[in-house]
Amino acid sequence: MYSSEMKYSKEHEWISVNKNIITIGITDFAQESLGDVVFIDLPKIGTSISQFKKFGEIESVKAVSELFAPISGKVIEINSEIENSPEIINQSPHEKGWMIKVESSNLDEVNKLLTKEEYMKII
Amino acid sequence: MNNRDRILLMDRSIPTRKAFNFPSSDVPKQKLPNKNILRKKISLPEISQLEIIRYFTNLSRLNFSIDSNFYPLGSCTMKYNPKINEEIASFSGFQNIHPLQDSKSTQGAIKLIKLLQEFLGEITGLKGVSLAPLAGAQGEYSGLLIARKFHSSNNNNKKNIAIIPDSAHGTNPASAAMAGFDVMTVKSDNSGNVDIEDLKKIINEKIAVFMITIPSTLGLFEPNILKITSMVHKYGGLVYADGANLNALLGLIKLNDLGVDICHSNLHKTFSTPHGGGGPGSGPVMVTEDLSDFLPSPIAKVNKASYELFTPNNSIGKINGFHGSFGILVRAYSYIKSLGSEGLKQVSKNAIINANYIQSQLKNEYSLYSDRYCMHETVLSASKQKNKAIKGLDIAKRLLDYGIHAPTMYFPQIVDEALMIEPTESESKETIDNFIETMKNINDEISNSPEIVKSSPHNLPVKRLDEAKAARNPILKR
Repeated sequence: MYSSEMKYSKEHEWISVNKNIITIGITDFAQESLGDVVFIDLPKIGTSISQFKKFGEIESVKAVSELFAPISGKVIEINSEIENSPEIINQSPHEKGWMIKVESSNLDEVNKLLTKEEYMKII
Repeated sequence: MNNRDRILLMDRSIPTRKAFNFPSSDVPKQKLPNKNILRKKISLPEISQLEIIRYFTNLSRLNFSIDSNFYPLGSCTMKYNPKINEEIASFSGFQNIHPLQDSKSTQGAIKLIKLLQEFLGEITGLKGVSLAPLAGAQGEYSGLLIARKFHSSNNNNKKNIAIIPDSAHGTNPASAAMAGFDVMTVKSDNSGNVDIEDLKKIINEKIAVFMITIPSTLGLFEPNILKITSMVHKYGGLVYADGANLNALLGLIKLNDLGVDICHSNLHKTFSTPHGGGGPGSGPVMVTEDLSDFLPSPIAKVNKASYELFTPNNSIGKINGFHGSFGILVRAYSYIKSLGSEGLKQVSKNAIINANYIQSQLKNEYSLYSDRYCMHETVLSASKQKNKAIKGLDIAKRLLDYGIHAPTMYFPQIVDEALMIEPTESESKETIDNFIETMKNINDEISNSPEIVKSSPHNLPVKRLDEAKAARNPILKR
C-alpha cells in the first residue's frame, strides 16, 4: 500500500509528484484511525494553500479533523467523486481517494516531508 | 420491539377515530378569520385514547436513564438526580410565576438566584456570578465575551489569541472563534499534561485568554497549573477554566486559588439537574471581582431588605430572554442545600475514589494513557483489543447488552480507541464491581468468541446501526 515513490507528512497526508503537479491524499493509517468518512470539505480550484497550514476538513463517524497541506501551491483540480462518495477515501486512500492536485510553487518543500521508511516509523 | 411497535403515530391514524368526545358547543358560532391566514389542513393522527397511551408507554420503556441503569458516560457526569430537587422545583411559588411579574411578588425566587450566586462564588472562589447562561457552551461564550470586553476596555485590542490544549472539549475552540479570537492549540505531553515547552514557544503578548479544563478531559489534575496560570498572567492574558469537570473539585480546591479568572459550571453535570431530553441545561459563568462589571444580565442583589435584579454597568448584555433556566437553578440550589459543605466535599471524594477503583481494576485488561491516579473519570484505551481487530466501538456496543450505558468513545482524540468512564459519586460498590466484571468478561469474549462482540448489540430493540450510512444519506423527511 505504501509506495516509496510517495512522500508523507507527520499529519498523515501523502503526496505524489509529477513534474510540478502534486497530488495529495490521506494515508491508509489516517483513514483507518478516522473510521468511516462521512463528509469532506475541500478548497475551491484556484485557491492557494500553504505547507503545513489547514486546507480543508474531514469528518468521520468519530470526529471532525483538519487537513493540513503537505506542500504549498495553487489548487488546480479536486476529486469531486470523493465529495459525493466519501467512502472511497476508506476503500482506496492512496489511489481513487486522492483529494486535490496542486501546482507547486516551490518543489524544495518536498524535502521537508518524510520518506516511506521515515513515515513507517511514526505510525 | 415487535413490528407493530415500529409504526409511527401518524401511520396509526384511522379516520373518524377519536381519543375524546367533546360535548356540543355552548358558545355561539363565530365567523372564521380570513381564509388566507388559516392552514388548509392540519395533519393530526386520529387515534383512540388507549392506543395513544400504549404508544407512549411502550416508547418510554425503551428509554435508558440513570433511574434505570448504570450510566458511566465520561465527561457528562450522569449522576443521580435526587427527587427532592423535583419536589422543591414544583413548589407553586417557583413554578407558577412569570419573569415579567413585579419583583415585589417574586422576592423568594430572586433571593434564590442571589443565594445560588453566592454558593457558586464560594465553591469556585470567583465571586462575580451570573446564572443567565442556558448551557455550558453559552457559559463559555459569555466568559469569552467578558475576556474580550475586558481587554478592549483596557485598549488592548491587539490581544486576540486564545490558546487551548489539544485535549479540550470541541466547544472551547468553537466558543473562542465565535467570540472573535484566533485559536492556537498547545500540545499535551506524554503524561497528559500541558506541554510547557510548547506553550512557551507559542505564547506572546497577543494572548487574550488561555482556556483549560480542570481536571483535564483525560481525568487528570494538571500538576503545572500554577506555573501555567502565572505564565498567562505575565503576558497579560486571562485564564478561563472549563468547569465541565467541576465534580472532582467541590470543597477540595477553589478554581480562583489556581489562578483562574473566569469559569463556567454545568449545573446539569455537577449539580444534579436533569440531562439531555430532561434538561434544559444551565451554565452559570463565574469571574473574579475585577471582571464582575462585565457579567451578562440579570444579576440578583439585595438592596436594604429587598431582592432585585440589575444589569452591571459594562455588562456584555443579555444572552437570552429572561433569568436563565430558572427551574434548573432551583434544582441546583436544592442539591447544594441538601448536601451542605461537608456533603459536597464527600461528593467529589467519592467520585474520585470510584473512578480510581475502576482504573486500578481494569488497567491490566485495558491500557491507560497515563498511569497516574485519576480524578473523577478514567480514560481507558482499547489499543490492545484493536490488535485483535476489536474496536472501542465494539466494546461500547457490547456493554449495552449487559444493561450498561456505553462510555464516551473516541474522546479525547489524543487517546487511541478511547473509552472514557465516569462512574460519579452516586453508585454503590456492587454496581461498580458489576461494571468491572462485565468489562473483564467482554475482554474474555474478545479472546474466545470475538464475533459476539463484533456483532453486538444482541439484546436491544435494534441491532448494530449503520452510523456511516445515517450520516452519508440521512433521510430527514418521510
